[in-house]
Amino acid sequence: MSIYNLEQLNEMHIDVLKEIGNIGAGNAATSLSQMLNTEVDMTVPKVRILNINDAATAMGGPENVVIGILAKLCGDIEGIMMFIIEQEFAKTVLTSLLGATEVSCDNLTEMELSAISEIGNIMISAYSGSISTLSQLVMKTSVPAITVDMVGALLSVPAIEMSSVSDQIIFIEDDFLSGDKDVSANMLLVPTMDSLNRLMQKLGIEL
Amino acid sequence: MSNMVTIGISDMKIVKSTDALVTYALGSCVGICLYDSIMKIGGLGHIMLPVYPENNPKENKYRFADTCIPEMVNDMVRLGCNPKRIMAKIAGGAKMFDVAGDSAFGSIGARNVIAVKSCLQSFKIPIYAEDTGLNYGRTVYFYTEDGTMVVKSFSYGTKTY
Repeated sequence: MSIYNLEQLNEMHIDVLKEIGNIGAGNAATSLSQMLNTEVDMTVPKVRILNINDAATAMGGPENVVIGILAKLCGDIEGIMMFIIEQEFAKTVLTSLLGATEVSCDNLTEMELSAISEIGNIMISAYSGSISTLSQLVMKTSVPAITVDMVGALLSVPAIEMSSVSDQIIFIEDDFLSGDKDVSANMLLVPTMDSLNRLMQKLGIEL
Repeated sequence: MSNMVTIGISDMKIVKSTDALVTYALGSCVGICLYDSIMKIGGLGHIMLPVYPENNPKENKYRFADTCIPEMVNDMVRLGCNPKRIMAKIAGGAKMFDVAGDSAFGSIGARNVIAVKSCLQSFKIPIYAEDTGLNYGRTVYFYTEDGTMVVKSFSYGTKTY
């Protein structure tokens, strides 16, 4: 049996995705810590299957301006991954990476965009790496694309590009703690249904 | 006092005068405003994709340009609108991400706009205003009092059509 939309995922499937999210976020926290040269802790990520409207609400409403970094997945697992960071997270990162003091998301410089894009790239690689390691499936990611805009406008992109049969997305919410700062970041995973079936099968999960 | 009615993604609503419609943060989706100025009845649809998939008959009709518009027109006519009086204003259809080496990525916004226009044309509905394409998200307000469409964006401020 195979699933054809995310609504059919049961508790066990969600647990598997949670574990993937957990390992991915662990890798990501390590990478982030190395890059920022400071200790970065994380809480256990929350993995939810949400529709686009609810995901927008979970991220401060559809008009909340955020930064999205998107990469296409190809290989054994095809789909799209998008890393969404709040302005606060971007400020924290840019302050420690570039020593920037006044960061405004309204007009980020090329340098700042490039730095954030690289962070996104590392985060996406951390997650895709954890999926590859767990499943032994080959997964390549494209060069990331970055956009600063309203979260609602960004969220619909993966589902639309995949001509998805539903509005559901896999939503992994991470909390990173560095010093006295607590910043949250969100990873969206939108695999093709074929890929998701392949992944679950490879991990030995009954569908 | 007017009510603000919110339209989600893949949704459509029709209201009468003194109500206003809003749909937030259109990316490559397209917002379609239809209006009958005599009846002061207006509708707003938020479509995601151009064409209804034939092999999946249980889909939400409001998700697709070619099924949302006929539903809107039907519903407006049922409320007493004259199809010959209906006019349209559209917004959205942006290309939100530029993926290096993949020019096809993000072209869905432009395809959505084309599908919306061709469907409107098949109903002989004139397009009075459009704010489409480019690379930014838009929030659309549509006022049924006078058929004004207001487009708000993060990068380019507010425009009234």
